[in-house]
Amino acid sequence: MSFELPKLPYALNALEPVISQKTLEFHYGKHHQAYVNNLNNLIKGTEFENADLDTIVKKSEGGIFNNGAQVWNHTFYFMSFKPNGGGEPKGALAEAINSTFGSFDKFKEEFSAAAATVFGSGWAWLVKNDAGALSIVKESNAGNPLRDGLTPILTCDVWEHAYYLDKQNLRPKYIEEFFSILDWDVVSARY
Amino acid sequence: MAFELPQLEYAYDALEPHIDARTMEIHHTKHHATYTANLNGAVEGTELEGQSIETILANISKHSVAVRNNGGGFYNHNLFWTVMSPNGGGKPSGELASAIDKAFGSFDALKETFNKAAATRFGSGWAWLVKQADGTLAVTSSANQDNPLMDIADVKGTPILGLDVWEHAYYLHYQNKRPDYIGAFWNVVNWDEVTRRFKV
Repeated sequence: MSFELPKLPYALNALEPVISQKTLEFHYGKHHQAYVNNLNNLIKGTEFENADLDTIVKKSEGGIFNNGAQVWNHTFYFMSFKPNGGGEPKGALAEAINSTFGSFDKFKEEFSAAAATVFGSGWAWLVKNDAGALSIVKESNAGNPLRDGLTPILTCDVWEHAYYLDKQNLRPKYIEEFFSILDWDVVSARY
Repeated sequence: MAFELPQLEYAYDALEPHIDARTMEIHHTKHHATYTANLNGAVEGTELEGQSIETILANISKHSVAVRNNGGGFYNHNLFWTVMSPNGGGKPSGELASAIDKAFGSFDALKETFNKAAATRFGSGWAWLVKQADGTLAVTSSANQDNPLMDIADVKGTPILGLDVWEHAYYLHYQNKRPDYIGAFWNVVNWDEVTRRFKV
């Protein structure tokens, strides 16, 4: 099976000024595409040649894991956005966030702190466990919570390539603005 | 005495076109300055206050994550600025050239090994040319702000050349093309300083 770069449900300039067209051209058009290409090349002739992406993320190691998980993570990240997004989640996810963190603002604070303190390249995640309980986890590099039996709900890419052209060293500013392009309908449906 | 952000011995635009002025300025005044300030904050009032950075790094397994990350960030960038020069490039000579030939076969073979280490470091980190305890040279890479002086390093020794492959080191100018940045780096390597570090 060969993996393909998924189409984005918005134009490359649709997330400006939070994420610039130039950043998306590289982040989606180059980085994400390279992970897809590398994965397709690496799985040839291995036990993962016909595996689905979740299986690759859960079971593989080394280069196959790095590229497979980065394909998964970036698709999940890019699909969480829409122009004029933001606001707050509704329904069951909103209730779960309130009961776990106290309020949406407290959740934002904790998620933002996690994203700001991933040292080096990585991802911040909102996840749920089998019982539906929410938590926030940090992962380095290509890390993905599926490997710990957790279900991802939301992620923020804090590799510098996600924000350096737009915000340079100001990662906290990127994280703050990240919330204003979220598509909470998509994110809530994952819960 | 608190650790201090060193001044560069050349202007921010002096390494152009290989490393652009804006990257140099943000890298030095923001990233390196933050590591320095955070290192001082992490050691203040502890037994580490007053120790040399080399001593702190040599015992890093006993210290906090904040000391590891910021101590490494402080030391690594100190080294990085000194091993580059607007008058850099070319090839090493003398004892260092002999040691390189002995370890790698040739200068070109060293470059190839070093380039591969730098290009394949996944995520953030550094590529290093290291003088090991027995005096021989080796190439290695480390994640994030770790380095070969740390007691946790896979390959230990004295780093004599280092290349920062965090994306902040090259993204404004090279974006996803890390190999182009690595190739350009050789044009600014200050072999006098690398040789000095080798002979210490």
